[in-house]
Amino acid sequence: MELKSILATDCGSTTTKAILIQKIDGEYRLTYRGEAPTTVEAPFEDVTRGVLNAVMEIEELAERKILDGDEIMSPQKNGEGVDIYISTSSAGGGLQMMVAGVVKSMSGESAERAALGAGSIVMDVMASNDGRLPHEKIKRIRDLRPDMILLSGGIDGGTVSHVVELAEILHAANPQPRLGQNYKLPVIYAGNKNAQDQIRNTLGDMVDLDITENIRPVLERENLEPSRDKIHDLFMEHVMQQAPGYKKLMSWTDAPIMPTPGAVGSLIEMIAEKEKITVVGVDIGGATTDIFSVFQGKFNRTVSANLGMSYSICNVLAEAGLDNVLRWVPFDIDRKELTNRIGNKMIRPTTVPQSLEELFLEQAIAREALRLSFIQHKEFATSLKGVQKERTISDAFDQTSSGESLVNMMDLDLLVGSGGVLSHAPRREQSARMLIDAFMPEGITQLAVDSIFMMPQLGVLANIEKEDLAEEARTAALEVFHKDCLIRLGTCIAPVGKAKDGATVLAAEFAMPDGSTIHHNLKKNELYRIEAPYEPIQAKLTPDKKMNIGAGKGEPIDTTVYGGVVGLILDGRDRPITIPNDSESRLAALKSWSEAVNEYPNTNS
Amino acid sequence: MAHAYTPGLKVLHHTIVKKNRRLPIKGKVTKNIGDILNPNDIVATTDLPGNVQMVKVANLLNIGPADVLDVMMVSDGDSVKKGEMIAQTEGMFGFFKSDVKSPIDGTIESISGVTGQIVMRDAPIPVEVDAYMTGVVKEIIPEEGVIVESEAAFIQGIFGIGGESRGNMEILVKDREQELTADLLNESHKGKIVVGGSFISLETYKKALSLGVAGVVIGGFNYYDLEDILGYTLGVAITGSEDLVTSLIVTEGYGNIRMGSRTYDLLKEHDGKFVSINGATQIRAGVIRPEIVIPLKDDEIPKTPIHESEEKGIGEGSLVRVIRAPYFGRMGLVKSLPSALQKMESETMVRVAEVEIDDDILIIPRSNLEMVETD
Repeated sequence: MELKSILATDCGSTTTKAILIQKIDGEYRLTYRGEAPTTVEAPFEDVTRGVLNAVMEIEELAERKILDGDEIMSPQKNGEGVDIYISTSSAGGGLQMMVAGVVKSMSGESAERAALGAGSIVMDVMASNDGRLPHEKIKRIRDLRPDMILLSGGIDGGTVSHVVELAEILHAANPQPRLGQNYKLPVIYAGNKNAQDQIRNTLGDMVDLDITENIRPVLERENLEPSRDKIHDLFMEHVMQQAPGYKKLMSWTDAPIMPTPGAVGSLIEMIAEKEKITVVGVDIGGATTDIFSVFQGKFNRTVSANLGMSYSICNVLAEAGLDNVLRWVPFDIDRKELTNRIGNKMIRPTTVPQSLEELFLEQAIAREALRLSFIQHKEFATSLKGVQKERTISDAFDQTSSGESLVNMMDLDLLVGSGGVLSHAPRREQSARMLIDAFMPEGITQLAVDSIFMMPQLGVLANIEKEDLAEEARTAALEVFHKDCLIRLGTCIAPVGKAKDGATVLAAEFAMPDGSTIHHNLKKNELYRIEAPYEPIQAKLTPDKKMNIGAGKGEPIDTTVYGGVVGLILDGRDRPITIPNDSESRLAALKSWSEAVNEYPNTNS
Repeated sequence: MAHAYTPGLKVLHHTIVKKNRRLPIKGKVTKNIGDILNPNDIVATTDLPGNVQMVKVANLLNIGPADVLDVMMVSDGDSVKKGEMIAQTEGMFGFFKSDVKSPIDGTIESISGVTGQIVMRDAPIPVEVDAYMTGVVKEIIPEEGVIVESEAAFIQGIFGIGGESRGNMEILVKDREQELTADLLNESHKGKIVVGGSFISLETYKKALSLGVAGVVIGGFNYYDLEDILGYTLGVAITGSEDLVTSLIVTEGYGNIRMGSRTYDLLKEHDGKFVSINGATQIRAGVIRPEIVIPLKDDEIPKTPIHESEEKGIGEGSLVRVIRAPYFGRMGLVKSLPSALQKMESETMVRVAEVEIDDDILIIPRSNLEMVETD
């Protein structure tokens, strides 16, 4: 079926965002967007009000009738209505889960990966070996009141008693769901299949038990898909049913409502697979920072629940330490004054930086929030732990082991940022700098930002399963992703290795789209920007003999790179980036890096 | 007229305050509709299930899990005393018996032949909910609690720590700009809610704690001093469960900031009254602000109609407070709300308001303004 128009909404905790996608001259484009406050809480207590308001804004802008009273007109007829309507939701705090496994670093971690991948916030990971006594675990379950629990443990045919013991703890806790007292808490069992009967007997009628395939049927393999699908089903059937107005919203949509981060994750997964690239995506919000990655074909998502730019801004300060934040601030400030300012942002989260000084501070904190979130992501996105590997003699000298991080920055092709501080930075150069300083890409990495955080809606679109719509919807999602969703910032080119101060680390030559050729010899600790559009540019990159730009130490690369609104950024700084300790040199370094990319107004020469 | 929707803090001379007083789980409501309540009156009670203990009977007796059922001397639901024998093996020829004694006074919750352990539960923990403020029972929530209503003056702070507290209120400063210093506090303030002006230092707050002051209401406090009080860095503004003798309510923000004049004047008007306060704060969707409730006696209730709280947003003529640097803490009147986006020094493009502050007209992003809601 040909889709002429697609309406998609994302119901966030505070704002409901709607987009209209239309097929124009044979290609799908984002045409209009509207937003309105989310109406889950009193006095409205009906999510559809906010959806209708956001859609009405689109109607006004597009001068197109989409609503007939309180109904979305579908399919499109005579230029009115839309062919399909879809939605994501993170309203009411999103999907909050607790997961349990027998061994924390094995089935516990697999369960956590499944829950995170499905788009939930993992409140706690309980395991037989997590060091807590049974009564402590019981108290924790009671206090947390999750929306759902995922219970796993034991390979198929393996131990039964440990996972049944976890079920007994669960039973003793008699967990209550977070929303509403009148339904039973959904529990998914995805552990040893031989324990299914005992689990059923133990948990009985107390919870709403659903049994699915083992998440870790053998040690060497994870089987996350059935659990992820089950989480999505139960999210729709139980959790969403309790949220005000969702029953009505669900009756409007042409595909199941997905949790917002789950939709983003599936889009990133699809793009990585279709284009055979490695991707890191980040969404930095007020309360949390989500990171998604696909390396070696494996998708991972982490949520740094308390690293964000407003509600959790003080936690960034606490976790990073004041010195780490201050190292990015290009002026001297009294430490007590700084902490009070950050505290005031936490208690008045909706404020914006009016002065340049405030912008410096905010972007310094963003760098640290992103850096810390990425460290957490790297620690979680690992190969499976507990797997026995056959080793040869040569392996014995190699320090690698099971559980090593999949994240290899030299392999990274595309880094996408979203969230207010990155998407709405006054200058795109600032977004590029924040991404580079926090993620420290190595070799050749494309940078982009999601201009209006459209990835959730595109994610649901890409996930439509109705046979007659699926292919067309996926095409639409990909086309809009490339043409309208991403703002291409450019490419970061960063050689890695050890070099002496003042040494040339990279000789670069670019055949520019206008026919000119640009040469630059990049020095250690230098940041250099070449303005270039998002078009293919032939590059010859020759690193110093101790440096690596992707092909090995001293090995040159001939390749095609792309510019963008910022251009090509050559980064000769160390990995990790070192910033001088003494104030004078630090300020000088920050100033030279800012000036190199024309980052801030006052520092321009 | 243009409006900007920035939620403000309430400073109301007369309003109806409603409080949900609910049990964490179902229980018994002890009051009826129309009952007059004092803050300490109990409105509902229940028993929380006791803590759970797991006893690994199979391990203790060195038998297989499946054999546990055969050696148990008690069944599901039985009450047992600490030290009472709950399981015993047959031994050999009646000798060499091993047994397991109950580690607690409680009940047997379940016995598992799979894991070989039993689940025991402590005696229930009684829980009571009080009325929190002087008022009337307006509604009963069956088996859960009541809704208490009170005609009162009502003030919200921006941030607080410590939970509910109550006591007679005493203003200790001569004006809203004066810092609440340690020398102003003495033994007579035990159990009272004291009000200061612009700031309280960590040392003074500690003195309030040691004197057993029930609560402090103040304009500003230092963020970095919170760590000293709480024992951890406050990363997100979700508070209320701290176990503190002295609840703290900050009305303006972090730093030394004089208390808003309307807040201070209203508190002063009720100097000496019995008030209820709650430091609980939650700055997330579903925001909770710390509060001061000053119940009014019949003869104090104004004849004028009650101010209906509405989220009407900032308009021309609104009294606003600036809530971000560089003009943080200053108050003024909105002169106009131009509709076009304007570029700030930071180059951020925002909707702005022209605000008259101390005879100057300043351009300030609307989202950096907070409405001072008054009646």
